[in-house]
Amino acid sequence: MKVLVTVKEVATVEDEFEIDGTAIDERFLGADLNEWDDYAIEAAVQLQEDGIADEVVTVTIGPEDAEQTIRQALAKGADRAIRVWDDALADVDLLDVGAKTELLQAVVEDEDPDLVLTGVQSGDDSFGATGVSLADAIDTQWAAVVNDLEVDPDAGTASVHRELEGGVEELTEIDLPAVLTIQTGINEPRYASLRGIRQAQRKPLDHQTLADLGVDDGAVDGDLELTDMYEPETETDVTVFEGSAEETAGDLADLLREKGVEA
Amino acid sequence: MSDVLAIADHRRGELRDVSYELLTAGRDLADETGGDLHVAVVSGPVDEYAEKLDREGVDAVHTVDYGEEFNHDVYTRAITQLYDALAPQYVLAPNSVNGLDYAPAVANRLDLPLVTDVVDLAVDGDALVATREMYGGKVETTTELAADAAAVTIRSGEWPAAEGTGDATVEAFDVDIDEDAIGSTVTGFEEVAGGDVDITDADVLVSVGRGIDEEENLELIFDLAEAMDATVSSSRPIVDNGWLPPNRQVGQSGKVVTPDVYVAIGISGAVQHVAGMKGSETIVAINTDPNAPIMDIADYAIHDDLFDVVPALTEEFGG
Repeated sequence: MKVLVTVKEVATVEDEFEIDGTAIDERFLGADLNEWDDYAIEAAVQLQEDGIADEVVTVTIGPEDAEQTIRQALAKGADRAIRVWDDALADVDLLDVGAKTELLQAVVEDEDPDLVLTGVQSGDDSFGATGVSLADAIDTQWAAVVNDLEVDPDAGTASVHRELEGGVEELTEIDLPAVLTIQTGINEPRYASLRGIRQAQRKPLDHQTLADLGVDDGAVDGDLELTDMYEPETETDVTVFEGSAEETAGDLADLLREKGVEA
Repeated sequence: MSDVLAIADHRRGELRDVSYELLTAGRDLADETGGDLHVAVVSGPVDEYAEKLDREGVDAVHTVDYGEEFNHDVYTRAITQLYDALAPQYVLAPNSVNGLDYAPAVANRLDLPLVTDVVDLAVDGDALVATREMYGGKVETTTELAADAAAVTIRSGEWPAAEGTGDATVEAFDVDIDEDAIGSTVTGFEEVAGGDVDITDADVLVSVGRGIDEEENLELIFDLAEAMDATVSSSRPIVDNGWLPPNRQVGQSGKVVTPDVYVAIGISGAVQHVAGMKGSETIVAINTDPNAPIMDIADYAIHDDLFDVVPALTEEFGG
């Protein structure tokens, strides 16, 4: 069976930063593989190692700069990658769930995977919605916030645990094909080996434009517009202990004893 | 078309708190659009739920008596059919794990723009203005939706719960569900194992987060906890890494704790973590980042390297 993993390069922000209009000033931004997607990639690669998946393909919506991040997934074991990008996307501030759905839907229709794995959410805009929206668009089953996965390829089903709030997990049986959004902690994402990194350089990475996918330019003009960005107001009345580590630890110890902490 | 349709959240026979918060958010929004607030409750003991949801400001409760527990196929179909029948302007759902399992499908099916995890809502002329966080809470943003209609999921704990008793009409809604189209079945629930330690029982918690860097460094935390006669708990990344078992995790998906003293070490204080410990009597934060969100709720703080402070503190307690 074929597994498609959606992979996103997310912007990471330094502790101290400045805002420029409706974006964080580029000087304070880094780039990384989305944390949740790292777990989704690992889940796919494990299915491959268990002989359940024959092929693992990644798909990314992102500019050429994102290729370094895409190669990380290839280095960890994915077979090939698709990168969707277009000049029409470069002008969009906030690519909404509907637009992402339409792009990924076109890729799924080309690739026809049996299982699509996405991260639960992305670390930057954190919509947490694309996977389930995609599932509905391609008319397959789905499960959100999966922290345990077993696939039975013969029965054509997946047994998953969905991580609910408050330390409760829901046990669910799902018919395949399906889209699963993968939660952190489901596995231990591997580090890419040197051999993997070398091999990744030779693995296919195809660039697709909107025209290649047969998607209209208009599809990416969403109804959402980012109009403001600011640092949240803090209403903190925290008492900060100042001084060397020994001094602050001494002050804190006095306070803790006052609160009833005893050695 | 100015009404609001809010979807109640429930699990294993109980309405979840966010249901009542949805009523407040929905009433506020309906006041701005000049419409009615409709509430839908799908599956489970719906009549009992309807009675509880009939609070001040609710105009109508629609019950969908189909199955006991959450099933996203049932929810998706029930809500799209209610949408067709009621033609509301806005659909409000909880940004819960279940909310995120149906709201995106509903939005896709109804071709509605979707904005999730919203912490504030307003109407400005024809546009819906949603406030939400980005980059793990480092910034807040406003997003305008210039659409006739939209679907929104709201974060729990951001609106007060609706109170009082309303005079809503309660109507059973007949939903048309093709059993063959249901491709998922809930077979049960599992509680995260209790293990050897009950962190909800502790008077003093020493809680460790991502700032500890390496598994080996946890020893520092256990040494401190022993010296202080405290229990060790953690934030999510420590459990995700497999360094501590799930029964030690504080937060939305872990345990809710209310100790006398909560010492957060190397924990930035993401909203999911804060949800699990904000009820602590005294909160102390040790973190190098003075802007970390944990500082907003801490009573006392040390803005310094935990690798310097923690050993010094252990020594203070004779460890």
